[in-house]
Amino acid sequence: MKKRWISLFVENDIGVLAKISGLFSGKAYNLNSLTVGETEDPTVSRMTISLTSDDLTFEQIKKQLNRSVEVIKVVDYTDIPIHKKELMFIKAGNLSVEECEEIFRIAEVFRVRIKDYGKNTVILECLQTENRNSDLMRLLADRFGNRIEVVRGGSVAIEAVSMSER
Amino acid sequence: MEKTEIGIEGNSAGMQDTGRNGGEIKGAELFVKALIEEGVQTLFAYPGGMAIDLFDALYGQSELDVVLPRHEQALVHEADGYARSTGKTGVCLVTSGPGATNLVTGIATANYDSVPLVCFTGQVPTNLIGNDAFQEVDIVGITRSICKYAVTVRDRKDLGRIIKEAFYIAASGKPGPVVVDIPKDIQQEFGSSEYPKEVNIRGYKPNTGIHAGQLKKAMGILNKAKRPVLLCGGGVKISGAGALLTRFAEKTGIPVITTIMGKGCIPSSHPLYVGNIGMHGNYASNQAVSECDVLFSIGTRFNDRITGKISEFAPHASIIHVDVDPASISRNIKVDVPIVGDAKAALQLMLSEAERLQLEEWVQKIGDWKQKYPIRMGQQDQNQDQNQNHRSNGKQTLTPERILRSINTMFPKSIVVTDVGQNQLWTTQYLELDENRQLLTSGGLGTMGYGFPAAIGAKIGNPDTDVICISGDGGMQMNLQEMATAMALELPIIICVMNNGYLGNVRQWQEMFYNRRYSSTCLCYRKSCKRDCLNPDKCCPKYLPDYVKLAKSYEAKGIRVESGEDIEAALTAARENKSGPTLIEFIIERETNVLPIVPGGNALSDMIMEA
Repeated sequence: MKKRWISLFVENDIGVLAKISGLFSGKAYNLNSLTVGETEDPTVSRMTISLTSDDLTFEQIKKQLNRSVEVIKVVDYTDIPIHKKELMFIKAGNLSVEECEEIFRIAEVFRVRIKDYGKNTVILECLQTENRNSDLMRLLADRFGNRIEVVRGGSVAIEAVSMSER
Repeated sequence: MEKTEIGIEGNSAGMQDTGRNGGEIKGAELFVKALIEEGVQTLFAYPGGMAIDLFDALYGQSELDVVLPRHEQALVHEADGYARSTGKTGVCLVTSGPGATNLVTGIATANYDSVPLVCFTGQVPTNLIGNDAFQEVDIVGITRSICKYAVTVRDRKDLGRIIKEAFYIAASGKPGPVVVDIPKDIQQEFGSSEYPKEVNIRGYKPNTGIHAGQLKKAMGILNKAKRPVLLCGGGVKISGAGALLTRFAEKTGIPVITTIMGKGCIPSSHPLYVGNIGMHGNYASNQAVSECDVLFSIGTRFNDRITGKISEFAPHASIIHVDVDPASISRNIKVDVPIVGDAKAALQLMLSEAERLQLEEWVQKIGDWKQKYPIRMGQQDQNQDQNQNHRSNGKQTLTPERILRSINTMFPKSIVVTDVGQNQLWTTQYLELDENRQLLTSGGLGTMGYGFPAAIGAKIGNPDTDVICISGDGGMQMNLQEMATAMALELPIIICVMNNGYLGNVRQWQEMFYNRRYSSTCLCYRKSCKRDCLNPDKCCPKYLPDYVKLAKSYEAKGIRVESGEDIEAALTAARENKSGPTLIEFIIERETNVLPIVPGGNALSDMIMEA
């Protein structure tokens, strides 16, 4: 079992997302995250899919994606250098002054922005890798319990130009 | 372009033609034009509110026949039988909602056996989609995972392109069903009369070539083999590569084994043909695959009925797999040499590399197995004859093997269509196939109720060939209503119902693996019967329906056969009846089993040969 990345170019049509997600559920493939958005060509959408699987299943997933009429191109990002980022917002509420200050310190350490700030509420905008966002989320969940609210977008990824770091 | 105005003349009684600019036609008219340009000769169609405009455009035109079945499920099986037997694309037209959902089983059936179909469904007008309108269902959503492609037409200007693409996708590459959902307002809207000549779908480029390097590598392995076998699936038949395969086998001397979908790609009487593999394959085939050193497989998906226990499948073999669908390769069985490509293209290349191999010993060994463990009910025939002699008049027992032997000798040029269950398995075991006799069967999905309507479709496509439907008494009841269709079209189909009063295949499993607990499998059962009755024959109520009377109520011919001597007379009478279908009800022994059998999950070498 290994974590994999796929960049998928699909027709920007009604039902294509359902087709792709239906393929994963219907064939019992595991899916970590799936993001989708329009590209510079408005007829094409691009998905970034991350999943965990063994080699055999992963080969099968790529083939199944490829044979879908709506899929234009499947690119396997698993073993090539890529840049990947995920957007996460965390809202923490009901904070005391000390807690607010603590969150500011945490933001500094994690290099995330304070996006919004009210009397006793703070919103963090976190643009980091999925793992780093998970770390931050767990830290704040431990610290502030049900006073935080999280929304995550899933990773997007693009092939690197000059670097080999992942 | 003369054809653009088809269907307009004389049909506009109540329909306003406002909105028509010069040369523009309605969506429904473009639909008809598209069918004609695609060369569609037969349309299987059942009308309804959201398809009425399409039917209106079909009214009075003479270039294609519109067949009206009595149920949409039968309709799609008919289109399927038509497509399998002719090689053309089967075309369906139904209305929205229940019309569309009734297609679902047939679409899945065609999808599993790679049958090219284009299914048009009416849909509520685009502005009502999502409103829970009367007879609205999201048929594209429902069928997405059981068809090759499904699409709703949302703009009149896309209609021509979408239909063109649908026909292309259905028939190319690995064929399959395509669903085209057309909302009512698109059917009525005026627009271009243009039907495109060419298709360009950027996400769909079926494999036409073949990787010569991979094939060379495979041939290198094959030419060194000591105990090779060829395993052929339905793909060989779909690509029309049977003759090439036979030549390849003859040139190399390699024995051929088939799946039930592949049976007939080499004449079943050919000395190099071993038999079917799998759960109900013969001993020699299963043993040969278990002992071979190279398994050269073409056009099979290695499903569980073929492989038995995966870890013990062909344990000593290098496996080569040719398939047009990359996703079929290394899915169930890990393959050593994968080759993506069409079976015909592959075999053409293979022939040029083929060498005569020294396989006498291996072929002899397989021949010995075949002789030692033939698939025969012969012994059973005699035992049953003796049993029956005690009971009655010394007549021959009516066994499935005897029925099929008669069909083999009496109908050399024919299309045999089976239903699903024991009737299907006996047929695939005993029916002799060559280029003159064709077998249609729902091998992948195993759809009961498939046989009779598919036979109707086959007869429509092949009016000059004898078409024989072999069904059980259970499956026959799933699409009985099509007696009316067959009669209305005056189709002389021979329907052989093997009646044992049971859902026999499940009953056989209950007998063998579930302690003879016949749960819900007896079709003679009535409320007054004992719930745990284990004594068929003794005190059974009369079977329902009376098939002979039923045939007669449709003004068809009905014959009941109860002993072996009467098989040929009944088949002769059926062959002579040209006015409509003949239903022959064969009353077979109630607890007859299909043997041999590899119990589910066992290795292929672990077969039960006798009861």
